[in-house]
Amino acid sequence: MDTLIQQLINGVTLGAVYALVALGYTMVYGIIGLINFAHGEVVMIGTMVAFTVIVSLAGSGMPPLLVLALGLAVSTLVCMVLGWALERVAYRPLRHAPRLTPLITAIGMSIVLQNVAMIIWGRNYITFPPMINKQIYDLGGASFTNVQVSIVFLAALMMIGLIYLVHRTRIGMAMRATAQNPQVASLMGVDINRVIAMAFVIGSALGAIAGCMVGSYYEIAHYQMGFMLGLKAFTAAVLGGIGNLAGAMAGGLLLGIIEALGAGYIGDLTGDFLGSHYQDIFAFIVLIIVLMFRPSGLFGERTGDRA
Amino acid sequence: MSTAIKSLARHQHWLALLVVGVVLLLVPFVAALGGQAWVRIANFAILYVFLALGLNIVVGYAGLLDLGYVAFYAVGAYTYALLASPHFAIHLPFWVILPLGAGLACVFGVLLGAPTLKLRGDYLAIVTLGFGEIIRIFMNNLNAPVNITNGAQGITLIDPIRIGGFSLSQSSTFLGVTLSGPQKYYFLLVGLAILVIVINIRLQDSRIGRAWQAIREDEVAAKACGINTRNIKLLAFAMGASFGGIAGGVFSAMQGFVSPESFSLMESITILAMVVLGGMGHIPGVILGAVLLTGLPEALRYGIEPLQKMVFGRLLIDPESLRMLVFGLALVLVMRFRPAGLWPSPQRRRELSESTD
Repeated sequence: MDTLIQQLINGVTLGAVYALVALGYTMVYGIIGLINFAHGEVVMIGTMVAFTVIVSLAGSGMPPLLVLALGLAVSTLVCMVLGWALERVAYRPLRHAPRLTPLITAIGMSIVLQNVAMIIWGRNYITFPPMINKQIYDLGGASFTNVQVSIVFLAALMMIGLIYLVHRTRIGMAMRATAQNPQVASLMGVDINRVIAMAFVIGSALGAIAGCMVGSYYEIAHYQMGFMLGLKAFTAAVLGGIGNLAGAMAGGLLLGIIEALGAGYIGDLTGDFLGSHYQDIFAFIVLIIVLMFRPSGLFGERTGDRA
Repeated sequence: MSTAIKSLARHQHWLALLVVGVVLLLVPFVAALGGQAWVRIANFAILYVFLALGLNIVVGYAGLLDLGYVAFYAVGAYTYALLASPHFAIHLPFWVILPLGAGLACVFGVLLGAPTLKLRGDYLAIVTLGFGEIIRIFMNNLNAPVNITNGAQGITLIDPIRIGGFSLSQSSTFLGVTLSGPQKYYFLLVGLAILVIVINIRLQDSRIGRAWQAIREDEVAAKACGINTRNIKLLAFAMGASFGGIAGGVFSAMQGFVSPESFSLMESITILAMVVLGGMGHIPGVILGAVLLTGLPEALRYGIEPLQKMVFGRLLIDPESLRMLVFGLALVLVMRFRPAGLWPSPQRRRELSESTD
């Protein structure tokens, strides 16, 4: 029983991070139908920038919480600019190109960002300095830390903010209109270019925050960390029905929980035949099973054919 | 007059083939002047031509976006490695294993294809990607409790392709010409590549090929025209997978070593990039893409270090990451300025110029 609670806690923490990253994928996909493969790399850059800021300010005598907040703010800002630049330089010229062309561009950008990060931060693992005094709370035999609590809390706050933005503000309305039909939206006076750029900027900001969470949770960062994280988050987005905001959140949480439970129980279930290093395949097996029965994800609309 | 031009055109056709043939024949000897490493690079270029043309069937002809193609390559490679190495002390001859590997990869292709028939576009892409990762993770971890794949260490001492006492890995002399091991593999690979090119050309205008193209353009309309879309799509998966399986077997034999590291997602992506960068669905384009994307990183490997020393006087940036950086930038730039690929098929180019009007 305590294993169950423990894995659920870990799963929710991980799921909150996946959900934030998945939102970045799903917003861009919902509006221009592009899998932004470089999004995982944006998250990684966010982590790295936060790390640099925190390390360089750690000895300055500032209160740790302020340092942490500064790290978060700077990395969010850098990633917003990066997301905007990505769209402007790499994707906007290809908006009317064949479908696979921007996908290859996205892959190219992902390789570029990864190697730029390696040139700047080196190829070794870097460890995050612990900024908060970690406190451990007990819950029915399982334990959780204040880091986990703040991750889940911050993620929930971000998601509520995003839902408010999309459903209650003018730019949100423009986004929903563009997602439905870009041509008609532009006839109604929506500046399509601005809306698409906004989707990239907001997605990247969420990604940067998720990156900081991963960094402070695992206390470690690496220039290749964005790849698998991005892959899982994209899986989460597809699981929930890509293009659907609530779907991405639910998909992320679900994926985190499934992964944590899978890692906790696979050894017992298979008589130690399969160990916890099979953790990574759960995401994909669940995805395949879900898509077999619901080809457009759990919450995706059953759309007709759209080429 | 017109007949003379026609016959000239026909002769030109043969002349071009002759030139290509002579060049192909000379490549291993010219490359050997720079060392056997260059022959190996040429071999890999041709192996990737083979793989890219296999993927071209799935992506280019049938329009099914497959991001896990490397899984079939891995199945073929491991089939060969397990059945022709001291790992299980089994040493079957290659003419048994290569078809077996192709068949097994084909079965995996159908296994992947069957549950994903209903999916389209990007949903299919992520499922194939996941499938590729599942295969790789299994290869990485199937060393306990029963050691099947030897985990991350991989399998070593794999038998080369040999017929009787004639082994492709040692050098031998024919008619006064000495051929090294890699050079012999080169000729085997060229033979295989020609085979896959012929199959691709024949498929293109066959009933099946046209059915694939119909599905690619509009699946509902294709179904309404009486095409059995289920079987035809499965056939595309199965055929693409078989080619992957054969390529994997040859890779195993040529390297003498396989490990899960060779079958990462990046590998799938690189093969897809070859197809798209060259010109999807167009055979010469795909070949060009494969040769360029194999050759470019190697050329950069040998070019970047001296260039940096020349410009800055010392090694300023780690050459390995700079190499990948240039590779990524090249992908972005080519797609920016030639969105349909470097050498798209004439039909596709027409479609594109029409759609922008």
